[in-house]
Amino acid sequence: MEYFTQQLINGLTLGSIYGLIAIGYTMVYGIIGMINFAHGEIFMVGAFHALIFYLLAVSLGFSFVPLALVLVLLLAMVFTGAYGWAVERLAYRPLRGSFRLAPLISAIGMSIALQNYVQLMQGARTKTLQPIVEGGFAFWHIGESTVSLSFMQILIVVTTVLLMTVFTIVITKTALGRAQRACEQDLVMASLLGIDVDKTISLTFILGAMLAAVAGMMFLLNYGVIDFYIGFVAGIKAFTAAVLGGIGSLPGAMLGGLLIGLIETFWSAYFTIEYKDVAAFVILILVLIFRPSGLLGKPEIEKV
Amino acid sequence: MAEAAGDGQRDFAFYFRDAGITALMTLPIAFPMFGFHLIVGGRGGTSAGYGTVVEPRLIWVLVAVLVVFVGRFAISFLRNDPAVTAATERSAIDMRRYMSETIAPWIGTGLLSVAILWPFLPFVDRWLLDLGILVLTYIMLGWGLNIVVGLAGLLDLGYVAFYAVGAYSYALIALNFDLSFWQCLPLAGVIAGLFGILLGFPVLRLRGDYLAIVTLGFGEIIRIILLNWYEFTKGPDGISGIPRPSFFGLPFTNQEGATTSFHKFFGIEYVSTHRIVFMYYLILALALLTNAFTERIRKLPVGRAWEALREDEIACRALGINPRNTKLTAFAVGAMFAGFAGSFFATRQGFISPESFTFIESAIILAIVVLGGMGSQLGIVLAAVFLIGMTELFRELEQFRMLAFGAGMVAIMVWRPRGLLTRREPSVSLNDTRSGI
Repeated sequence: MEYFTQQLINGLTLGSIYGLIAIGYTMVYGIIGMINFAHGEIFMVGAFHALIFYLLAVSLGFSFVPLALVLVLLLAMVFTGAYGWAVERLAYRPLRGSFRLAPLISAIGMSIALQNYVQLMQGARTKTLQPIVEGGFAFWHIGESTVSLSFMQILIVVTTVLLMTVFTIVITKTALGRAQRACEQDLVMASLLGIDVDKTISLTFILGAMLAAVAGMMFLLNYGVIDFYIGFVAGIKAFTAAVLGGIGSLPGAMLGGLLIGLIETFWSAYFTIEYKDVAAFVILILVLIFRPSGLLGKPEIEKV
Repeated sequence: MAEAAGDGQRDFAFYFRDAGITALMTLPIAFPMFGFHLIVGGRGGTSAGYGTVVEPRLIWVLVAVLVVFVGRFAISFLRNDPAVTAATERSAIDMRRYMSETIAPWIGTGLLSVAILWPFLPFVDRWLLDLGILVLTYIMLGWGLNIVVGLAGLLDLGYVAFYAVGAYSYALIALNFDLSFWQCLPLAGVIAGLFGILLGFPVLRLRGDYLAIVTLGFGEIIRIILLNWYEFTKGPDGISGIPRPSFFGLPFTNQEGATTSFHKFFGIEYVSTHRIVFMYYLILALALLTNAFTERIRKLPVGRAWEALREDEIACRALGINPRNTKLTAFAVGAMFAGFAGSFFATRQGFISPESFTFIESAIILAIVVLGGMGSQLGIVLAAVFLIGMTELFRELEQFRMLAFGAGMVAIMVWRPRGLLTRREPSVSLNDTRSGI
């Protein structure tokens, strides 16, 4: 039971990270109906930004850890947001209105390019960071085993919940959120009603990239190792999460992320760790076959 | 952006401002990645990272911003030059028509002659012969994937999985059951085709982009299984000692054995390149078979149904075409050709491991098809020669070439989303539509 609880905690932590990335997929899909294949790489770039800025902050003498972390988080979000904007501007905007698979192929190219760009800039070796937030609660001592909840895990879950709240407010209460929802329903109609569609789409990409940067930083802090390849697998899993939750639905993305995180953790804990990636892909295939609209999504209506 | 062209005067101030804005936008992109370098294990390291230190190199940012500024300026300068624009547009249209109508058949014949004569050309050495085999392998894969992507319009990102299935089928059957290459080749194709049906059956009713991701997932599953099922596939160690093909029963060997070897049978001296030349013609024949098959099946009802499905699925359903079965045939046929190519790959290398079947291979094959202009057989040849030739020439610049590869994919999509040589007209149309009803 304590093993189970421990895995539950680990799974929720991992799931929060997936959920944050999944929101980027789901938002972009909702608004322009394409799979932003390069989003996983944006997450990877975010993790690199976080590492660069953290090391920079340390070398500049920010010894107070919470302040340094907040600063790093904000910087990583801003600079990764720029990447989200640039990817949309360069690779997707010229293809709006082109045939359906064109943006997807362009996205694959972008993903390969970003991966190799980071490898070229920062080297192929795995980058490490020692644990910054250490310690935690150990509770539930039964026999020899204990269940522990580290401060890092609390930090991840709290940050995720906080961001989700802010995000929900942005989507439901602000003008930007209204414009986004309008574009989601009908791009042409929204533009006729005076909504700057290009700007709204750009902002969507920037917001998605910012959340991916947060996920990247959390990944870095939690696991302490990053390389230029982390974006591919994490991206696929987050996409699976978005599909599982119902693509286009924000709460769905978060729910899907948590579920994928839990499934992956339990699969590794109770079955085989080698096949944990297979688990995610199998779920993706099963969901698409049996419930293509996902858990919280609306079924798609085919129009002629 | 192009308001300057009207009165024939160039608005340099506008170009300047435009380039300036672009350069300014580059700043946040370049600042962290260009400006700082993460060094692992460099000079003892600070206390923060286990030896990961950050080193500023801000001059790179400046260089990047300047390059973008100049590049953007040059692009708007050229793009808004009325003469240049008109000329490129005209030449593009002319070129296209000229290419597809007049010289395309000649290029095809010419390339085929070169391909047939390639091993006997005076300047072709061992390296060029190997390059020829590699290019032909990719041409065959491109033609195989073209059936799925170009004809049926199904985006398959896991094509390499079928290639892997073919390679492993050949290797395992040949080693465990002691069958020859010629017996294994059809088996490998059939097994790969069956995998295609197995995967395709549940997923082919998905929409295009979902299908892409699921096939990608399938490709990864196959790779992970190959990597971890050690008892069956020897995992990351790979399978070595895969038997080489024989010339219809005559092995290429210098060793004395029970069977007559190739050089003894024909009474010629033993040369080690005989085998390579044979390999070359083998893959050439396989590739041409794929091409002939595609050209023929295009004219058959099923091929026409593929192209019709690509254009409008709903209309097809209304006309009584079963979309799932039709797609399934395309998927299975494409997979079968990947299986053939895979068993050729296994027999040529003599060694296979899961490393050869990563996602990037799928992306390269897809890039060949897309660059060639989905559906164009000749375009795929040119794209394969260009892409594989380039990557082999620049093998030393490993990282740059993949960066250029990805950026090139984006650029082609933006610049010419339908590929270099498009063939989008239906293969079959009603004759005399003008004079007819």
